[in-house]
Amino acid sequence: MMAELSFLLDVTRQLLGGLPLTIELVTVSVAAGALLAVAMALARSASRLAAVIVSFYVFVFRGSPLLLQMFFIYYGLGQFAVVRESFAWPALRDPTFCAILSLALNTAAYTSEILRGGLASVPAGAIEAGRAVGMSRGLLLRRVVLPLAIRQALPAYSNELIEMVKSTSLASIVTLMEVSGIAYALVSATYRAIEVLSCAGAIYLVLIVLLTRGVGWVENWLSPAGSRA
Amino acid sequence: MGSTLRLVGFGPTGWGGTLLEGAAVTLALSICAYLLGLALGALCAWGRLSGGRAVRGTIDVYTTVLRGVPDLLVIYLFYFGGGQMIGAIAHLFGATGFFGLNGFMVGTIAIGLVTGAYQTEVLRGGYLAIPKGEIEAARAIGMGRLLMLRRIIAPRALRFALPGMGNVWQQVLKESALVSVTGLAELMRQVNVASGSTQLPFDFTIAGFVLYLALATVSGGVFMGVERRLAHGERMARRQRA
Amino acid sequence: MRFLRPLAAAVLLAAPALAPAAASAKTYKHITIATEGAYAPYNMHAPDGKLIGFEIDLGNDLCARMKITCTWVAQDWDSMIPALNAGKFDAIMDGMSITPARLKVIAFSRNYSQSPTVFLVKKNGPLAKMPDTGLAVSLDNKAAADKAFAAIKPILKGKTVGVQVATIQLNMLNKYLKDTVTIRSYKTTQEHDLDLAAGRIDAALASTAYFVSTLSRPGGNAFVEVGPHFTGGLLGAGTGVGMRKSDPELKVMFDKAINAAIKDGTVKKLSLKWFKVDISPAS
Repeated sequence: MMAELSFLLDVTRQLLGGLPLTIELVTVSVAAGALLAVAMALARSASRLAAVIVSFYVFVFRGSPLLLQMFFIYYGLGQFAVVRESFAWPALRDPTFCAILSLALNTAAYTSEILRGGLASVPAGAIEAGRAVGMSRGLLLRRVVLPLAIRQALPAYSNELIEMVKSTSLASIVTLMEVSGIAYALVSATYRAIEVLSCAGAIYLVLIVLLTRGVGWVENWLSPAGSRA
Repeated sequence: MGSTLRLVGFGPTGWGGTLLEGAAVTLALSICAYLLGLALGALCAWGRLSGGRAVRGTIDVYTTVLRGVPDLLVIYLFYFGGGQMIGAIAHLFGATGFFGLNGFMVGTIAIGLVTGAYQTEVLRGGYLAIPKGEIEAARAIGMGRLLMLRRIIAPRALRFALPGMGNVWQQVLKESALVSVTGLAELMRQVNVASGSTQLPFDFTIAGFVLYLALATVSGGVFMGVERRLAHGERMARRQRA
Repeated sequence: MRFLRPLAAAVLLAAPALAPAAASAKTYKHITIATEGAYAPYNMHAPDGKLIGFEIDLGNDLCARMKITCTWVAQDWDSMIPALNAGKFDAIMDGMSITPARLKVIAFSRNYSQSPTVFLVKKNGPLAKMPDTGLAVSLDNKAAADKAFAAIKPILKGKTVGVQVATIQLNMLNKYLKDTVTIRSYKTTQEHDLDLAAGRIDAALASTAYFVSTLSRPGGNAFVEVGPHFTGGLLGAGTGVGMRKSDPELKVMFDKAINAAIKDGTVKKLSLKWFKVDISPAS
């Protein structure tokens, strides 16, 4: 019993060694993905052609598995000498960069859809009221449109954040030793799959429960006491 | 370009047949996992809506855990643990020897369980969206509980839940790629095998994209057709009222 | 434990579709053999999806000798041993080396092939000049091993080496070269080949028998094997059939069949067919 417990503790300690990389993958790719999503939302309203390109992008990245996208970016692009001799290769050579790139491109597609839904949900009356009191475009965006849109989009975005934390487990496919990567290495070293995988699962679960709490707090904060009828 | 077509084509050196077979396995796996998830989701949604505290608590734990653990880990857990669990059950009934779950069953159960957690929320939302008045009206004209479920609640909840159910289907289709880690010869696995064997990962991942997108588009069209069909009656009713 | 209920229900739903993976008693009429299907030329997939390779031919020959029927399943390498012990199949034939660490958890037949471990690098890369190329070094001989690693450490310093996860080659890197090189572990050997071609890693470490297939693939002429031929020690005593420890009768059957196949030259013939060289062990 004691030996069992110390084994589990030792496994958990080793798995936690991968936590900084998991967190790095999530934060960097979520930040980059959000920026890209905003850029796409703006491009969509700017020109017809851009709108078509963006919807094709969203179609491809939402319609295919992330595992395939990661495999394509990591192994697929490296097949060509042209790519290997290009300026982008120092970055594409790095598995961490490839993992972050594919996670960011993937989440950008989902986030841009969430953003679109949030913007569409802002009532026309609210915008008209803002204009009626003489708000400038910037002020209107900052004080009326964005707060309402973000508040509306937040539940869906919180789901997307959870998906992203879980998706980082695929980075082990491109040789990264984040929590799951370490878990598979431990499984093949100890042959005790169930114990190791349960410990890894528990780490993710704690991470996600904390994240859910955090987003819930932001949601509360964005809803003024009076409007929560 | 010509060489790519030969590679993914159907000739003697072409991987086309293998890739298509993989796509068929992906589709079959997705359908089985989806049906399992739907059944679980319906059961849990019902439990959440009308169960006691213990039932609701249990379902909460299920949905929280399955939504909070990476699907890849769930698949591996079932892959290694599923056989032992079934072995234990089988031994209770006097069977001996080893029992194995193959990759297909592991995938069906793991993805079914994960998406069951999502379906629970989708179906619960669908039920809650039914206007109270419709249920009251059904009661007022003396409908029995079963008849009400069959004629009012199920079709109406389904109508409201359908967009969400379509999303879950797309999710299942993509998650089935993770089952490739068990060695099941589905589409992602075949893409991997072909890439490694030919050293041409680009050509085969592109082929993989095309096949996954085709699966998603065609099956998405089916969901949209059903949605339109169900929405059809709705428009009629409104028009008559106007 | 109540939350396990939906889970148990799901398991029961699937139960009628189940079949026992192995014959229950100790008489074997039918067994399932697992292989990776991605470790050419030991085992691989043909374009039509069929499993082919040295071990497929040899395994079928052994099954005929044992007068049992065999089914092959393709299975991921890194979960091979846990899956065997979980009862997913009865035997492993996947270029798996017989090592003390593995013998703690599973049983092995006698070896049916033997091939040294070697580095593969790009012909025009800096590592192509690695010393001691072709020199046979047994890790059982500590002095010789230390000397060999001391000779190659300077040129390997700071380089990245790719290796398949859960292999004897990974163990060798971890034990002897951990502080010298960056180790990157892959799910399949084909993936480190892809990355060697792409230049993400400077060298790949695997058995010479495996590299036969890498070198014969399109683009394989860009690579060259360098450094000593390592054997012995933690690299084990060649490859054998992996089985559960609870199946000693099966081990006896395989041992007998392999001995016969080595004696009548079948192993050598298949080795020449698939590897172009003889990697059959001395009987």
